[in-house]
Amino acid sequence: MFYSLGKYILLLRLSFRRPEKFSVYWAEVMREMVSIGIGSLGIIAIISIFIGAATTIQVAFQLSSPLVSMSIAGKIARDSTILEFSPTISALVLAGRVGSSIASQIGTMRVTEQIDALEIMGVNAPGYLISPKIIASMTMIPLLVIVSIALGIGGGYLACVLSGDITPDDYITGVRDGFDGLTMQVALVKAVVFGFLIASICAYQGFYTSGGALEVGQSSTRGVVFSCVMILFADLVITRIML
Amino acid sequence: MIEIKDIYKTFGENDVLKGISATFHPGKNNLIIGGSGSGKTTLLKCIVGLHEPTKGAVYFNKENFTEMNFEQRVPIRTHIGMLFQNSALFDSLTVEENIMFPLNLFTEQTQAEKLDRANFCLERVNLAGKNKLYPSELSGGMKKRVGIARAISMQPKYLFVDEPNSGLDPKTSILIDDLISELTEEYQTTTVVVTHDMNSVMGIGEHIIFLHNGEKWWEGSNKDIAKTDNQELNDFVFASKFMQAARTKL
Repeated sequence: MFYSLGKYILLLRLSFRRPEKFSVYWAEVMREMVSIGIGSLGIIAIISIFIGAATTIQVAFQLSSPLVSMSIAGKIARDSTILEFSPTISALVLAGRVGSSIASQIGTMRVTEQIDALEIMGVNAPGYLISPKIIASMTMIPLLVIVSIALGIGGGYLACVLSGDITPDDYITGVRDGFDGLTMQVALVKAVVFGFLIASICAYQGFYTSGGALEVGQSSTRGVVFSCVMILFADLVITRIML
Repeated sequence: MIEIKDIYKTFGENDVLKGISATFHPGKNNLIIGGSGSGKTTLLKCIVGLHEPTKGAVYFNKENFTEMNFEQRVPIRTHIGMLFQNSALFDSLTVEENIMFPLNLFTEQTQAEKLDRANFCLERVNLAGKNKLYPSELSGGMKKRVGIARAISMQPKYLFVDEPNSGLDPKTSILIDDLISELTEEYQTTTVVVTHDMNSVMGIGEHIIFLHNGEKWWEGSNKDIAKTDNQELNDFVFASKFMQAARTKL
């Protein structure tokens, strides 16, 4: 385990060595941003709306008491969405979508000698392949989480309109009530950390692939599993430290 | 010129290369031949720095490449072109972008100049007009030729070729061999080709090293092969009945 951790840290150090040409790396960062950001927008939108709606209905069900104002349900749904559902569930889904793509792309390049070709040319392969993915991931995942939060709260509103468990007015009142900016800070810190974990762990797994197609698949699976576990661990640590 | 001095390479308990020394001169097709598992590709990877030798050194024009760190190797690497066994073209880039890739990273040329160079290299390998195709749209022979075009895009002093004929039909193999030979003469590159294709050996083998069980077993030219009494080399080169019959006519 310590051997792998050491290799992971050394790979990260190599990844952030001075680029051969900044403009080429910048173009690569932009390409990755489009792939990670725009490419993941659809799946994030779908899961956010459904999770927001389901959370609101469940909270309304648990608070079905004449002693509690139903606007509280909106408040609880908002905070749950911002603090936990949007950053963490989005990150777990993105570990599957983005992480597996990173691991399999780099793994395939390894087994087809494309990484050797980069090294022969004098290109710092970890820098060229990994750093743009980490930067793009740390930039785009927070933006996706912001979109996810907005759509999750929107999904809650839709649930109110369609199910009638809470009136839309109560929900809106709850969502607006006692908003604390710290919750958004926590969500964004989580998103940045999760972005780093997904890209770096999956890139590490891909970079050290050896063998053929079977091993590329195994690296991809390992990348997703390890990043999911690390996301949940980081979630706990950040929550404990910041709240 | 490339000199390799007393190269050893060990993987765990397995000694793959055992004290190999040789000199590869510019303007010549230098071939490394040998059976499967003889250490040909490992030797090539030690020369280009993809593997670090366990012992020994590689010199590019008298400079000790083995002792250099990554940054020190970059100026030499920009003079190296390599064609991989499976071409190793970047899947996500078009043919033109593959050829322009090293130019983008290591030159200050304008886009038009880089495009001109890419077109020139494509014409040189008889693939003019194939700029916008992706590697997945190319045949095996075309991939090899694009690989060569990418390898020569930086006008290299050193050209390394790993199994150029693997998976190709005999006619395309000869075409690739001729191309490598022409480029070597034209640009006076120090060319090192790893192969076990006998047509290549007899066709372009101006300087041949035969490896057997990780050791240099024989050294000479294609003209010397027919006369050699080296048993292992004879077993390797003249393994087929066709080659045995051809030998009698040499």
